Amino acid sequence: MKLFTFLRGEAFARGIHPPQHKDTAEMPITRVPFAPRLIVPLSQNVGRPAKAVVKVGQEVVRGQPLAEADGFVSVPHHAPVSGVVEAIRLNPTSSGPWTESVIIKSHAGSTQAVEWEEPQDLSALDAAGVIAAVQRTGIVGLGGGIFPTHAKLRVPKEFPVDTLVVNGCECEPYLTSDHRIMLERASDIMKGVALSRRLLGNPRAIIGVEDNKLDAIEALRAALPESGEVTVEAVPTKYPQGAGEMLIKTLLNREVPPDARSYSVGAYVQNVATLAYMGALAPRGRGFIERVITVAGTAVERPGNYLVPMGTPLRFLLDYVGAPQEAIEVIYGGPMMGQAVACLDAPITKGVSGILVFRARDLTAPPTRKSFPCIKCGKCIESCPMGLNPSTLGMLAAKRQYEPMADTYRLGACFECGTCSYVCPANIPLVQQFRVAKQVLRGSEKAA
Amino acid sequence: MTVEIRSAPHIKDDNGVVKIMRNVVWSLLPICGFYVWQYGLSALASLVVVTASCLAAEEFFLRLGRQSGDLGDWSATITGLLLALTLPAGFPLWMGAVAGFVAIGLGKAIFGGIGHNLFNPALVGRGFVQAAFPTAIATYTPSFLPARFSEFIPSSLALPFMTPADTATWVAGLNIDGVSGATPLARWKFEGVIASNWDLLTSISGHLAVGPSPLLILLCGAYLALRGYLDWRIPAAVLGSAALLAAALYPLNPEHYPEPGFVLFSGGLMLGAVYMATDMVTSPVTPLGMWLYGVLIGALTVVIRYSGGLPEGVMYAILIGNAATPMIERITQPKAFGTAPTKETRA
Repeated sequence: MKLFTFLRGEAFARGIHPPQHKDTAEMPITRVPFAPRLIVPLSQNVGRPAKAVVKVGQEVVRGQPLAEADGFVSVPHHAPVSGVVEAIRLNPTSSGPWTESVIIKSHAGSTQAVEWEEPQDLSALDAAGVIAAVQRTGIVGLGGGIFPTHAKLRVPKEFPVDTLVVNGCECEPYLTSDHRIMLERASDIMKGVALSRRLLGNPRAIIGVEDNKLDAIEALRAALPESGEVTVEAVPTKYPQGAGEMLIKTLLNREVPPDARSYSVGAYVQNVATLAYMGALAPRGRGFIERVITVAGTAVERPGNYLVPMGTPLRFLLDYVGAPQEAIEVIYGGPMMGQAVACLDAPITKGVSGILVFRARDLTAPPTRKSFPCIKCGKCIESCPMGLNPSTLGMLAAKRQYEPMADTYRLGACFECGTCSYVCPANIPLVQQFRVAKQVLRGSEKAA
Repeated sequence: MTVEIRSAPHIKDDNGVVKIMRNVVWSLLPICGFYVWQYGLSALASLVVVTASCLAAEEFFLRLGRQSGDLGDWSATITGLLLALTLPAGFPLWMGAVAGFVAIGLGKAIFGGIGHNLFNPALVGRGFVQAAFPTAIATYTPSFLPARFSEFIPSSLALPFMTPADTATWVAGLNIDGVSGATPLARWKFEGVIASNWDLLTSISGHLAVGPSPLLILLCGAYLALRGYLDWRIPAAVLGSAALLAAALYPLNPEHYPEPGFVLFSGGLMLGAVYMATDMVTSPVTPLGMWLYGVLIGALTVVIRYSGGLPEGVMYAILIGNAATPMIERITQPKAFGTAPTKETRA
């Protein structure tokens, strides 16, 4: 089967096969209790932060809006728990900087039922109405993109979309939350697919799932509408299959040009979890107040897939799943592209698909090992899914020659999947240097 | 609870420079063992002295400072073993020591250490002694001499700057029939005698004046290629292009040009193709570049052997390939994703 797909050349070129560690795939979604205090940052998405609509001391019920969208590329946030607004103040976030957040003191024994919703008949609304309804749910790209979903649904007229590509790859090691959602919430996904297709002009839809999740493929196929316009396809398990460009290449054999969006080749990519929540929340007029998150890693005592209320402090969740009292590294997202968390007082926000906890000594990332000069083995070139030359890019970065990196060696096409650093036998922190280079180039563009 | 912060990716495969180099050394051990079995004490002494000289040179230049790498990365060991394998077994040991020192000093340290050199260090060392000691490096002895484990080939123990003992007389004094100190390549070039392919490939029958068995080198190289420590494209391109060119030339003058098998299995082509041309640092980094580089080396080897004054050309072919590497890389940059229009093949 794998040899067959290899010979047909259907997958994107290059890529890698890191160990999967998907041990939590068998673990059904379970709820996490409410923390005594939940922290809802007003900025959890790409675009403008929301504006608070509650006052300190006000009682709120689970599901009630706490903040409203400020403009089109912005989303509202909702109360994840019934309680009292204790403060609206600056609070640390996972990446470091403090941002304005609504702090809610949970009522003891607060119910898990959602107590605030505005059900509506979406079929009676026009496209703008549906987009507004999606915006009211506060959903953002749950695969980690955190771009407001409703804004992404407004595709420019001059780009007809012929295929809705639904991304069920979940190619990052350890993460299984999308897998569980496909198994347990296939009907929600279909609702989200139907809603998106309607807004995109009814293109066909293909759900791409890596072939290490055959049970998910079966569950999705059982839930497919009879029209035949939505199909499920197994794609080769290979990192970074879950990157939008790579999935489009694998399913449609189209290459999205650098600096272009996927709709320029007629494809529109959406993550399965995003569609599942959109399908479940938009018709009921509910807010996005909790999500399925994989908690795993070598240092976690009770790994699993947890339904975590937004705003749960990381420290509370780590105590709940059992994490050691020693030097650890906590990662929001997967081990390849995820971000190390700087502060355990940071809350869980909408873009967090997984939380990985490792003892610092268990990790073997480049900074922990000795690095050699490039020995020009070419492994990075053989692995880079974008067809770049990380070897030369790395040598230029070491000499701080950032302009040729961008002009001659297409640094801008790099989406920082980390494959080059993963394979480099000389332990050169390639993608890390590329991030710095991009930052410097962005800075000099602004200065110019 | 303290948290540590690192920049993604947080995981890494377990490959590494030291692991690659260590595996190359391991894969060379059977080849060296066979070489000692062929030539006895002299071969063993040559391997030890040349490698020790390389390691001493590495240590010396590391202490001078501003060098990358260390002795523990095994790269100097590889240089030493490969260099010894390219020299005649009876090459005077003091000359071998000079070759080792020059290999590391001029071949690697002068460029800044591991990863920075332009030319294969072992071949730089060999090139130096070929120019400095042309007679000694052309003096081969037959393999599998009966006395090889009890006495040295006399030239091995020559004192520095003294005329080495006459090896040809020594071989003649052994009174073995059908034995010649000339290499199969030299006998083809100067006497028109062609050895059998099978004898060359295995190198265990007869008393051929050859290096380790090409078959053994292929097997050890295959191990490295399967483990991902060696890029199979380069030996495939070198051997393939040499064989194709030889096959194309053979019908033109069967009297003068040997068959492709002889070209592949004689001289240092197999060792060069599998272990020298594949040196990662001095070969192109791009996949297409590896093919071009290999073809260049294979073709040059045949051209130099057929039309040059010397019977062997692998060393120069590889050094020229090394020199061409930056240019080859420049014209073979990978094609970035999304930069060429693609046809939709699936509906």
